Amino acid sequence: MNGPGLSFPVEFDPTLPRRHSSGNIFARFFLVSTWAGIAALALLMLTILNDSIGYVIITTEVDPASLAVNGVPYEEQTNQQLTDILANHLSARRLRVLEKETPFADLNQAELVLLVEQEVLDPEAAATFSMVQSLFDRSMVNAELAEHPGATMQMRFWLQPGLLSNSGSSNALLAGIRTALYGSLWIIAITILVAFPIGVGAAIFLEEYTVDNAFYRLLRANITNLAGVPSIIYGMLGLAIFVRGMQPITSGALFNAVSGDPAAATGRTILSAGFTLALLILPLIIINAQEAIRAVNPLLRQASLGLGATQWETIWHHVLPQAMPGILTGTILAISRAIGETAPLVVVGAATYITFDPTGPFSKFTTLPIAIYQWVSRPQPEFRSLAAASILVLMALLLSLNAFAIALRNRLQKKQ
Amino acid sequence: MLSSNIMPYAQSNIFSKTGEQEEAAGASGFAIEARNLSIHYSAFRAVKNVDMAIPERKITAIIGPSGCGKSTVLRSFNRMNDLVPGAHAEGDVIFMGQNIYAPQVDPVEVRRRIGMVFQKPNPFPRSIYENVAWGARLNGFKVGLGRPSMDEWVENCLRKAALWDEVKDKLNQSGLSLSGGQQQRLCIARAIAIQPQIILMDEPASALDPIATLKVEELMQELARDYTIIVVTHNMQQAARVSDQTAFFTVDADRAGMLVEFGDTRQIFTNPKDSRTEGYISGKYG
Amino acid sequence: MSTITNNASGGNLSPEALSLKHRPRPVEALIYGFLFFCGIVSIFTTLGIVYELGKESLLFFSTPGVTIWGFLTGTRWQPQAGNFGILPLLTSTLLTSGMAMLVAAPLGLAAAIYLSEYATPSLRKALKPTLEVLAGVPTVVYGYFALTFMTPLLRAIFGKDTVEIYNTASAGLVMGILILPLVSSMAEDALSAVPNALREAAYGLGATKLEVAVQVVLPAAVSGLAAAFLVAISRAIGETMIVAIAAGAGPRFTFNPFQAAETMSGHIVRISGGDLSYNSIDYNSLFAIGLFLFIVTAAINLVSQQVVRHLKRNTQ
Repeated sequence: MNGPGLSFPVEFDPTLPRRHSSGNIFARFFLVSTWAGIAALALLMLTILNDSIGYVIITTEVDPASLAVNGVPYEEQTNQQLTDILANHLSARRLRVLEKETPFADLNQAELVLLVEQEVLDPEAAATFSMVQSLFDRSMVNAELAEHPGATMQMRFWLQPGLLSNSGSSNALLAGIRTALYGSLWIIAITILVAFPIGVGAAIFLEEYTVDNAFYRLLRANITNLAGVPSIIYGMLGLAIFVRGMQPITSGALFNAVSGDPAAATGRTILSAGFTLALLILPLIIINAQEAIRAVNPLLRQASLGLGATQWETIWHHVLPQAMPGILTGTILAISRAIGETAPLVVVGAATYITFDPTGPFSKFTTLPIAIYQWVSRPQPEFRSLAAASILVLMALLLSLNAFAIALRNRLQKKQ
Repeated sequence: MLSSNIMPYAQSNIFSKTGEQEEAAGASGFAIEARNLSIHYSAFRAVKNVDMAIPERKITAIIGPSGCGKSTVLRSFNRMNDLVPGAHAEGDVIFMGQNIYAPQVDPVEVRRRIGMVFQKPNPFPRSIYENVAWGARLNGFKVGLGRPSMDEWVENCLRKAALWDEVKDKLNQSGLSLSGGQQQRLCIARAIAIQPQIILMDEPASALDPIATLKVEELMQELARDYTIIVVTHNMQQAARVSDQTAFFTVDADRAGMLVEFGDTRQIFTNPKDSRTEGYISGKYG
Repeated sequence: MSTITNNASGGNLSPEALSLKHRPRPVEALIYGFLFFCGIVSIFTTLGIVYELGKESLLFFSTPGVTIWGFLTGTRWQPQAGNFGILPLLTSTLLTSGMAMLVAAPLGLAAAIYLSEYATPSLRKALKPTLEVLAGVPTVVYGYFALTFMTPLLRAIFGKDTVEIYNTASAGLVMGILILPLVSSMAEDALSAVPNALREAAYGLGATKLEVAVQVVLPAAVSGLAAAFLVAISRAIGETMIVAIAAGAGPRFTFNPFQAAETMSGHIVRISGGDLSYNSIDYNSLFAIGLFLFIVTAAINLVSQQVVRHLKRNTQ
């Protein structure tokens, strides 16, 4: 029963046990590698969380308790009382400067409280601890606290309302991301306004109005290549063209719409940043929209054309509505890429410290990722905590956008 | 047949034929035997209660309308269905005295002994030589005094598959450079290079032109002198031409495939016992 | 444009009123004009990049004392001293991207094999998007991660005397995490595209799962895998924020991954983030680096597209 019909004998070694054991080793390696990525993601989140919550030892210029009147802490006092505190504690010169910026009478209670904190209390983070340190190394925390007589210690979750409502500040305890958030929103709005119509238009042009010829292939290859260009190159393009070349337009000088001081009229504005990011995400939007349009049943086009509709009527009434969920999904993903972009905006010229909110497309700007970049770059641990809390905001923003895109895609898939 | 001075497979192997087993297998005269075999894809029962004993060194054809589970049954004979997520088998498939669905059985061992040729020729994107040599090398093909070298073995298998003369000058070319019929014969050469006991063929000629089909059919009959061949075909003339035994499957009312009749090919085609067989055959013949 | 004549009320028209002639359609022409404009914006983007980078680079190279040869071979980048050698920026770029590929290539490929050949469909459906979340995390967050997690880790393992606070190893390793999903996702696509018939053929010969995956599926997908690696390398070379935050500020000609060194992109972002006057040699030199970066990444991308095209032709 061996070697049926052979002209010579053959023999096979038993190899399977060895092969199975190496197979098992590799299978484990493959599995571990896959989970390594997931573990890295978990580690990243834990690191962020670890930095964003923990004890802070705070020293103040003035004991907050001394500001209380009849047992009412300063946070709950009236406008008049707060103004008095300011008058009592600040030099006449400083008062004049502040009064000149914004008259105290125009400030509401919350703003006055903030002013008191900034000017009178001037809290300083003498020591900042991570979550792990706070939980497992209390002795170190207490030893540190003992070194700062008169200091208070609080468990601080850095992602607190003040983070969202305060603007940038050189004091980590009072700094917030309001200005940066507004900057991000303004820029993204301009990015969408520019990139969405042009991107979808280009996709329609490529899919519906061009045949597969050399020109079409050139356009396609070019778009694929642009999608692979490093984002910092787009920053340099933006710097050269929008900031420098189109300065009269992007600075608003041409429209007499220069905001704030004339020094702002350098072209390093929200408009330039929005244009730059629009160019950056344009290839992504085009590629996604092309796929969505290509997925529309060709019979639908034929049916519409057969009823005597023109090509544009066919596209507008039949192709685009069908392709829209896919186009929107791709656009949302591209936008979330734009929201997280940092390098090109640094090159285009994000302002380092601005404390006033942008008022329009010709304002100077900072954005959320840039605020994070600046805080990460500072050596003090309190700024690292601030950065971690801001990262939480950024990640929450991106995750909800992505979740929305996925939900949209699932709805689309279910419909088909 | 050669004298049995060489053990074809390793001693430690559960499918090694030694002593009693060889006698048992020889005595039964069956290469493989399905006992009350049902196959499910998740909740769906694709084939139910198949009992068939396939004779050694004969060609057994499996015919029937589409969806009757012919391919499913064929693939259950070397546990190829294991690769389909959700597929599982109930009942026994006895090969060399053992149930290949027993828990301790390694499907790799089963497939190594029960080869397969597929509907569409699927040579590896490697050289013709490597297509034949790969499986043999993988399975521990031994070279040494008195044994063939790999080159000789590749030549032998290609000769067996009636392909040698056509490819002997281009062994280093890609297997994909051959015509469809040649590719299918290359796949057959690849299968016999690891010396299986049984070769399963899943509509091996359905993707080929008539001349290539004829060549494959001739090859099957040639190979049947040494191997047990089970072939699924939708072509009844082919079944009538090449097979010794024919099994007719049909779809039952519950959409599960079932074996209707199994017997000598001549009897099935000339004097079927079951009216459903008769209906199918006469219907096909028009 | 459309050549179909609209005959909306055709049914009720008398024969002489029926006209099949072209009608002018100003709206359609206008729309076509807009779409055409949209279509060629991308061409102008490319031209703009090439023009601006090229123009400023020309100005840079026409500065007395600056030569292309010196730019490409100089080991010092000290604009104040008039030294413009790109090598220190280039070596650190190679260090960080090499380190990143050291992480991403084996892990990404292994994960791709697992997802494509081992995981059940439902597990794959859950794991792949989770891995892709890694690619969606903004790079500034990875920079933070490198500085606050990876650097202390490296310093704890190799000693604070060996590992500087800013170092290319930390940036490179974290960059590896960033491009890991890029590799695994593209590689998984390439592996999944291998026809099942090949897997069945191998299983039918008694191959184990590993043998099928490594000896049959992997070689059949080799072009797609090469393309995945190339895209990942190009991404790593152009990556900016991680290196800007964690790799160090200041060009340094070193091959020691535990020392601080500035990459090409890191240098661009640091210098342009400060006060930079146009028409200065500093400004122009940035564009020369940018041009170099653009050429390198574009070349890699073009090769990878060529590889993909080759793959498509071969599998058809």
